[in-house]
This record gives sequence, C-alpha cells and structure tokens, in this order.
Amino acid sequence: MLSGTGLVAGYRRGVTVLSNVDIKVDRGAVLGLAGPSGCGKSTLAKVLTLLHEPWAGEVTLDDVVVRRFRHAAPRAQRTAIGVVFQQPRLSVDPRFTLREIVVEPLAANGFPAEVGDLAERVGLTEDLLGRRPHEVSDGQLQRACLARALALKPRYLVCDEMTAMLDASTTAALVGVVQEEVHTAGVGVLAISHDEELLSVWADDVQRWV
Amino acid sequence: MIVQGLSVRFLLRGAEVRAVTDASFELRPGRLLALVGESGCGKSVLASALLGLLPGNAEVRGSATLDGLDVLSADEKTLATKVRGRMIGLVPQSAVTHLTPVRTARSQLAEAVRALKPDQDVDELAERVGLEPQALDRYPHELSGGMAQRVGIAMALAGDPQIILADEPTSGLDRPLVDRTMDLLAGLAEEGRAVLLITHDLAAARRSATDLAVMYASRLVELGPAAKVFDDPLHPYTAGLLNALPEGGFRPIPGHPPELTHLPDGCAFRPRCPVPDTCGDDPSLVAHGDRLVACRRPC
Repeated sequence: MLSGTGLVAGYRRGVTVLSNVDIKVDRGAVLGLAGPSGCGKSTLAKVLTLLHEPWAGEVTLDDVVVRRFRHAAPRAQRTAIGVVFQQPRLSVDPRFTLREIVVEPLAANGFPAEVGDLAERVGLTEDLLGRRPHEVSDGQLQRACLARALALKPRYLVCDEMTAMLDASTTAALVGVVQEEVHTAGVGVLAISHDEELLSVWADDVQRWV
Repeated sequence: MIVQGLSVRFLLRGAEVRAVTDASFELRPGRLLALVGESGCGKSVLASALLGLLPGNAEVRGSATLDGLDVLSADEKTLATKVRGRMIGLVPQSAVTHLTPVRTARSQLAEAVRALKPDQDVDELAERVGLEPQALDRYPHELSGGMAQRVGIAMALAGDPQIILADEPTSGLDRPLVDRTMDLLAGLAEEGRAVLLITHDLAAARRSATDLAVMYASRLVELGPAAKVFDDPLHPYTAGLLNALPEGGFRPIPGHPPELTHLPDGCAFRPRCPVPDTCGDDPSLVAHGDRLVACRRPC
C-alpha cells in the first residue's frame, strides 16, 4: 500500500496547500481523486511520488516510512512509483526523440535502453518513436509519457489529470493501458481528475475534495 | 460567414501537409458551431486561416465571405484594420499565456478597447462576461484560470465582432469552469453573434453547440444539428468518438489517425472503420436529411 497520513504541505511559508490529508492507494486497485482546480490535488500527487517533501505527516510505501524526498529519496523507493502529468509537452525534454523519452528511466537505472513491448502496449509505432515532441500530437506524446512511467515496472502509478488534454478516443486508449497494468501486474493507481464521468468508469473508489 | 472549399496545405522540404481539405460550412448569427476531432486533425489550422494567421509556407484555397469580403484573399492591411477583432474576435486557447505578464489585465483590455471601439467602458465590458471590475487590476499570474479566460473573452468582444472564434478555450480548465465558459459562449450566440468553437472536449460541445462539425484527417466527415449528431451519429468516426466517451462505453477507436503528409485520396478513416467493405470510399459530403455525411454507408 502507498499511503499518506496527516499530510501537511505547501510551497511558501504560511500558505498551506494540503492540511491533514489521509490517503491510501492499494495494490491492484484504482483510487480516484476528484476536486476543483486549486484544491491541492497536484500537490498531493507530488508528495506521493516523493517529488515534494511534506511539512508534516508520513508517506508510507509498502510498510516502509519514507524519510527522504526529491533527489535524496532512495532509488528503490523512487522507482516504485510512476507518475504521468497533465501536460506532456512540459514533461519531456524537447531534444529527445520519443524513443529516448521512453527508455530514459531504464538507461538512468542501468538497464538496457530498449523499448521492448512498451511501445506496442501504449500504441506507439516505430515511425512515431523516431520523432521529437514537436513532431507529434499531445495524445501521441502522452502515450510516450505513460510508457516512460511504466518502463521500470512501478508498483504504484499516479496519474495527475493524465487525460485532461486528450480527445475521447486517446483517453479511452490510455486508461485501457493503465487498467491492463492494474489487472496483470497489480499496480495500484491514484487517478486524479476533475472529470467525474471518467472516474465513475475508471476508479474502484472515488474520494471527493471540496 | 460562408466558407466554401477551404483547403490549406503546408509545403515543407520534400513533403506536403494537407491540413484542411475542401471544408465548406456556414457561421450563422445566433448559432454556435462546434468543430470537434482528435488533436492534429487540422481544426486549429482552419481557425487560423479565417484570421489570416497562417505561416508563410501555407497555401490557402477556397473562400470565406462575410459582408462581401473574402477574408481568405484579403491583404494584411484589410485583415488588420477590418477583420481581426472587428469582424472576427478570437478567444485564445490559454488566456493566461495569451496576456502579457508585465501589464495588468485592465491595461491590456483598455488597449484593445482603444484600438477597436474607444467609446466603451472597460468595467462594463468586464461585467458583461461575468468578471468583477476589480479583478482587472491584477496581473495575469494573479488571475485564476477562469478569470483569465473571461479577460480573454472580454478582449474578443472589445471590437463588437459578428463572429467569435474560440480555439480550445477550455483546455486545462476544470469541469465547472468549462461549463461556465461554454454557457458564456452560448450566451454570445444568443445575443445574435455567430460562434465557432474548436474543441476536443465532446462534453463541452454537447453542452453549448447548436451545430456540430466533426473533422477527421483534414476533412469534415459529418455536419449537422448538434443534438441529432450526438443522438444518432451517421459517420462511423463520429460514432467511434462517442463510444470512446466514459458514458458511451469507453472503447477507443482502434489504430491511429493517418499522417497529414500521407493522406489517401479516398476515405481516410477506412483503415480504422468497423464496416469498411461495402463503402464507396468517397470522402465528399452527401446530404442525409438536414445533415451532411462523408460516408456512403452511414451507420
């Protein structure tokens, strides 16, 4: 289980974004999180993916309390949690090809830098893998970002408005890929979205913030 | 505005991108036409063509006539002094990045008013789009997404244009804000303007559109009254998009859209079509009642 208890977090002194938040993401299940813009959903995503250190409270990853965040987080903990952000264009290095984007986590962790079946699973063709971000659509780039998040076979996946920029067909396709991971590899998913219709078909359980 | 046979091609080194192919439609007062389709299908290029905002390597054909003026063949001076802002107002995709970060919203809206129609009151213009006049004194980064969007709409209205063109005005906004923006655009149509909404968000289009145009791989494939198209899509691509919605079954359309550099001469949807065998493979639109469909064997 990936969980947060009593999380308090923010960026500027005196401005609290998350106050006393509890959340539990189980393996093999999808927890939906809905709420309006500015309610702290993305800050929670950053805390749970160890990209932002909370001011108070605890993040626990498979019964181990996380002590260090950001660059100081131990590799084994960092790589156990994958993340896909809302805007694929802001999440990739524009100089990389899609292939380089997908294999980057493999290369950085000493694995052979091979795309393998990842491309096929997310629906990227050989031609698309050879292109750079400005040569593909948002939907195609988000497919690469999802493949990158799955490259190290994470036990948990945080999808922060993963489909907000995408058309209906690409949304259904990418959520289908995530569901495959949930059912075959037992990945635990936190699906953050303001789209209640989407969460009603995707998530097993939905938490609503106001 | 009557758009006829609008085609846009980009000539690149050794390749030709067919971004819009033979699009014909009308923008009528009191109507909100939503143009929907997957990203990269040519929707935004179509919008840019109407404002003469395409890059130099674009080759435009066809006509788009309003009050006797064809905006596609108009020169830059005519576009700058008669068309942009005055005949056609643009609601930008991302209002926050559209605004200059170093000036307040008020100073930018006031500049648009001075340039386009100096007799208006800036506060009144803000109130018409549901924005508190005090909010205008903020800098763009101090505005919420919804407030920035309203500033964008107010700027589009500054020249009192007959046509409002909104290119993905809601991307990145949450659902209540999307709904409010859509209601605002629908209200502009009810005031007697013609609104062209370009979006990939079918729920947003369903909420506000009176007419719907579906675009696939540079061509319009279905065009008709929004309620009818949503209830009973005739083109298999339209049906596929609706089936991909969470409430429509959540089934993606298999495969990918074709590259705009390698479009087939016939129906571009054929490789993904669930019933390709018996069709005529002709991509031109034919009338089905009050609708136009680019399929010889509609669903």
